[in-house]
Parts: sequence; C-alpha cells; structure tokens
Amino acid sequence: MLRKKECVAMLLAGGQGSRLYALTNNIAKPAVSFGAKYRIIDFPLSNCINSGIDTVGVLTQYQPLVLNEYVGNGQPWDLDRTFGGVHILSPYEAKTDTSWYKGTANAIYQNIRFMKMYDPEYVLILSGDHIYKMDYDKMLQAHKAAKADCTIACMEVPLNEASRFGILNTKRDGSIYEFEEKPENPKSNLASMGIYIFTASKLFKYLELDEANPQSENDFGKNVLPAMLDAGEKMYSYRFEGYWKDVGTITSLWEANMDLLGVIPNFQLNDRDRVVHSRSPLAPPAFVEGEVVNSIVATGGEIEGKVVNSVIGTNCVIEKGAEVTDCVLMGNIVVKSGAKINYAIIDEEVTIGENAVIGAPKTEACNIESKTGGITVLGRGITVSKKGKIAAGEIVDKSV
Amino acid sequence: MASTIGVIFSSINEENIPELTKVRSIGSVPYGGRYRLVDFALSNMVNSGITTVGMITKNNYQSLMDHLGSGKYWDLARIEGGLILLPPYINDTETLYKNRLEALKGTVSFLKKAKEDFVVITDSDAIYKLDYSKIIDFHIKKNADITLVYHEHEVEQSHYYMTFETNKDERITGLSINPLTNGVKKNYINVMVARTSFLIRLIQNATQSGFTSFGKDILSPGLKTYNLYGYKFEGYYASINSLTSYFEANMDLLDKKIRNEIFGDRDVYTKVNDSAPAKIAETGKVKNSLISDGCIIEGTVENSILFRGVKVGKGTNVKNCILMTDNIVGENCNISYVVSDKNSVIRDSRTLAGCELKPYFINKGSLI
Repeated sequence: MLRKKECVAMLLAGGQGSRLYALTNNIAKPAVSFGAKYRIIDFPLSNCINSGIDTVGVLTQYQPLVLNEYVGNGQPWDLDRTFGGVHILSPYEAKTDTSWYKGTANAIYQNIRFMKMYDPEYVLILSGDHIYKMDYDKMLQAHKAAKADCTIACMEVPLNEASRFGILNTKRDGSIYEFEEKPENPKSNLASMGIYIFTASKLFKYLELDEANPQSENDFGKNVLPAMLDAGEKMYSYRFEGYWKDVGTITSLWEANMDLLGVIPNFQLNDRDRVVHSRSPLAPPAFVEGEVVNSIVATGGEIEGKVVNSVIGTNCVIEKGAEVTDCVLMGNIVVKSGAKINYAIIDEEVTIGENAVIGAPKTEACNIESKTGGITVLGRGITVSKKGKIAAGEIVDKSV
Repeated sequence: MASTIGVIFSSINEENIPELTKVRSIGSVPYGGRYRLVDFALSNMVNSGITTVGMITKNNYQSLMDHLGSGKYWDLARIEGGLILLPPYINDTETLYKNRLEALKGTVSFLKKAKEDFVVITDSDAIYKLDYSKIIDFHIKKNADITLVYHEHEVEQSHYYMTFETNKDERITGLSINPLTNGVKKNYINVMVARTSFLIRLIQNATQSGFTSFGKDILSPGLKTYNLYGYKFEGYYASINSLTSYFEANMDLLDKKIRNEIFGDRDVYTKVNDSAPAKIAETGKVKNSLISDGCIIEGTVENSILFRGVKVGKGTNVKNCILMTDNIVGENCNISYVVSDKNSVIRDSRTLAGCELKPYFINKGSLI
C-alpha cells in the first residue's frame, strides 16, 4: 500500500486572539467555547473529516493546554488513525535555529517535515478562528481542474468592511491578478477567508524562499501569496457561498452564537449530513423547569430561572428567580437566584452570586462606548459576589 | 481494590417488558434521554476500577453491539482486557442458553483466562449507582464464598425474583424464589461477587450434575455448605421489570435528589452522538422535563423525558411522556402518558392518552 495522502490539512491555531480580551487570557482562541457545546476548533476539524481529509496538523503556540487536552487523540472527530489523523504541532527545539513560530508562513515552514511524511500532492491551510461548514473537497477539485498552484477561498463581504480583510482582485475566470492585504481603498469586495490550497511542491518552494528572505514577516497574506503572484504562479479564487463568520472579536463572537437561535437559524447545526463533531461531556440531558424562550441549552443544565435569547453551555445551573437575557454562557456556570444578566459573554466556571446585576439591557448597552460594543465579558473561573454589580461593556477577569 | 473482572447479563429477564425488548436486548433499552440500560451496569463497573468486562449476549444483540462498539466510551477499549462480548455458544450438542446457569457456562473460558481474583456479576435491567469495590472489601472481610447484594423494598411480583433473610452478621440464612408474600423484604438485586476460581468450580460442578437453576440448584442447597453473605445496598434502586416500572424509573429522574445521586458525579458513560444543543423556540414552553441534545421544541412540554432529536410542533401539549430518539410530534397534538419508541411520528392534531399505571405505548418507527 502506498503510504501517502493526497491532501494534508494544516490548521493555524497558535494565535492569541487578543481582541477576545479576557476570554483568551489562559486559552488559545480555537479552544474558546462556542454554541453551548462546541469549541471553535470543532468547525475546521469537522469540516476536514466531512471533506475526506483525515490528516491534520494543528499548529499551537499560545496557551495550548486546553486545546491539547481537548483535541487529544482526535477520536471525537474520527481523526484517531493509524496513518494520518490529528497531530498537535508545537514549536520545538532543533539543533540550530530554535524559534517560536514567527508568523503563519514560518509556522508551516517549521513543519515541512511533518507534511512530507505523508508525501502529499496538496496542502490545505486553515485558520482556527472561523465558524462555518465547508466542503474542502469541492475546493480541491476546483484547484485540480484549474491546474492551479494556489487556490484561495473567498467570499463577498460588504464593501465598507472590505478593508478588514485580505482582498482578491480577480479576472473573469477566477484567476487572481492582485492580492491586497487589508487595503484602505479596496477595489473589490471579494475577501480571502484565510483558507488556502497549495500544490505541495510550490508551497514548499515558496516557504523556503520566504524563510531565506530576512525582510519577510513570514506571513501568508503579506509575504508568501504576493511573492507567488509576482513570480507568475497560477493563483485562483474559490468562491464560497454559505455561512462564514470570523469570531475574532467580542461582538462577532456574540453574533455568531446568536446566529444559532431560532427554528430556522442563520447557521444550522441540526442537519445530519454534515455533523459538527465535538468532545462531548458526560452529562445527563438538561433539566428545564423555568421559562426558556428562543434559546439553546446544552446537556447537564439545571435551568430553573428565566432564559431569553441566550446560548447556555454544558452543566450550567440557573437558579429560580435568576434572569439571563441576550447572553452567551459557556459552560459550568452557576447563576444564583435573583441574579440578572443582560447582554454578556460569560466564560467557563464562573459563579454569579445572589441578586448580582451584570450588564444592562441590550438596547441600552449597545449605545455605551466600550471596547466590546456594550457586551459585558466575564473571564474564566471568576466569582461575582452576592449583590455584585458589573456595568455594561466591562471586561472582568478577577473575582469581584 | 482487589483485582476484579465483571460479567454482565445483557439479555436476561426480557420477558418482563416485551414492548421494549422485542427489537433489542434489555441492555440496550433506551433510558433517561440519552442512555441505554447497560450504561449503568457498565459505568458502575468502570467507576469501581474494573477494566475487564465480559458482556453475555443472547439473540437480538445487534442494537447492543451498535451501542457498545469497541467500548471506548466506557474507557474499555483496552489492549489488556477491556470490553469483551460473549455471544451465546452453540454447536452440535449445545443449544442457545435458557437460563442464567447455562449462560454462565458459556463464560468459563473467559473466566479461566482472567488473571483477576474476583468477579462481579450483574444484570443490566436496573438503575442504581454502586461502588463494587466496597462489596469486594466486604466479601474479603466476611471470608464469603458468594456475596449477594440486596435492597430492601416492597416485593415486586415479576417473572423471577429472589428474597432472603440474613442474620446479624449479614450471613444469608434463608432464601426464597418467587415467594408469594408481600411487604418489605430483602430483595436480591442480581449483583453477585465471588472468587473467580470458586465461581469456575461452581459452574463446572453444576454442569456435571446437570443443574439448571443458579438459585434453586446452587444457592438454596448451598446455604449450609457455602458462606453466603448479603450486602445491603441503601441507595436509589429501580428495577425495570414492566412498562410501568420503566415509566416510573424515567420519571424518577425529574426528582432532583435522585438525579443528583445517579448523575451528580457526571460519571455515567454512554455512546456519544453529535447532535446540536437543544433548542427551545419563541413559542416553546418547558416545565419539569429532561431535554436532550438535538430537540427542537415549539410547543409545550411538561413532566416529560425527551430523548435526542425529538421535535415538538407548535400548539402541541406533551405531558407526562417519554419520547425516545427522533420522535416527531406534529402541531396541535395533545399527548399524555405516552411512551413512544424511537423514530415514531405523531401527526398533527392527534390526541393520545394513557395513564400512570398503563402508559400508551407506541412501537418503534410507527406513524400515528
């Protein structure tokens, strides 16, 4: 049997995610909880297995403990394989040139040997901070059909937001003639999703060139892709239509969670053909006693209070008389009786004392000047004391 | 704990509850929203430190095997030991086992291979949480040959049951099989501990003597010859021996105290299924119910257990019901005291009602 894989995926999961503030104090962004029972990394990992890609390198650097423990041997995603499977790749000490991952391209460069073990024809580069369902195989087929050297997944974004993204300027046939990283005056609204397929030999070549260039910041968007374009390599865009959300900020993380609500939600997780897998906790079904309206509730919950327009994570206890509105509760949270929480994201293992008041109603809070757009953020493991008060838009990472 | 292996009967006493065991082993009867009955027997063993478990199967064990797989969800996918299925042994002279003793005969080679000193044997038709290592300690302390676990409660007349008397020292002094008495008795809960070597000898002798009943032919006559001890279990215990008791045992989970006793430590293992979290819509209302992943509730649900993927339409009232995996209840229905097996559909505007002692049962995959 041939010991090779047609396509190997490399998942960039090392970023700090500083715009998530307290939520990423101790964990890497891809390990942040999402949608009551998931973590962000479940989405790219599930996409891989659902697209027939069973070899995934997860590149970690910043606070990898929770992420490593969560990914484990990859069994929940069917990625525990005798040949292939999921592998955590952290920076390592080498005989010469020991270094942290300097940039996205350098992180992949440092793991060229890992990729070469599988002798792949193609390499898929993914980010660990996007919520979406995508069939990478369709993109790979498009890459092959175009005989491209690099294919970049992209989608249309509102023109006024285009300057936040890498923008692709393409010809009619989808080939890329220009790549602009976060341009001030974007020429098109076709944004790169940070998902690339490279023909492996080209990737290795340009990574080595990039590494040899002392001026380079070793970043795909800033250095490697422009260099390939300059050299006249065949680069194509691949248009993705469907739900996709970068959850790099507090507001976008909140919005993406809310997109799960409703009988016909903006983002559907209930369909059975492209299941999003996750490491499921051992907990009984949620016990629901109180008034729960337009919300989702994960297993293990004990819900006796009032919950409106919220996402309630695993093993949350909401006592009688407590009210939770427009909130994202991540997991193992206790909300004591009489506490009122509005428009907030609350990280795991938080306890909210009796009659505490967190945040302000959304209509009020979203007018407040704050880094989080009025969303109150409570960091992992803190306790808010009885009758404690936290103003709307605050970020709290110590018990109060 | 002293080294111990486990043996589970996954397919015994099924005649008690034909509705649910027609299509599956008793061990794979769904329970409590996301579990199968065998999860409790297996989790008790795993949580007691047992890492080798033999699972005695009979006919109809397809659904059980689907559920158990390699045993990884119970941490029993091991190189040494782990979960070992023991299918019935049939050849020219042997037919499918008819009783417990014949079934045990089929485990002798499994037992002989085991290096462990002790063996715990249980059924899989009951809900309880018990640390078997305590029974092993008791067994050693009493220098017992066989320890039988009992629970004191009102005798339930079912297909086969055993009660016994013990003296101050917990030694079993009297034993009755299917007694026609009422009242609170020491009921054997089908958990037995013995030394592995002792059990092998016992089974081999019984086979040679042509015995057929473990209770009548071995335990009863053995009262004097063997050291038989009774271990008192005082926690929550629910035996699933009729549709009514099945209904009650599920509803017991709505009691916070019982729920905490069984699930408080979050260590009941089961097969994972990646459904999305439960969704309660704008029009949904839920009271005193267990709601599993994958449910979408647009109607009213009260005092009920909803398994994974159940959908309740607008204007529908679900009261005192057990709706198993992927049941779909349409709009404007009224259903109460209904136990609906997997994959059934109740169409719009249906009214169905059973009562507490006789829940209305809907077969797997029905269209109502």
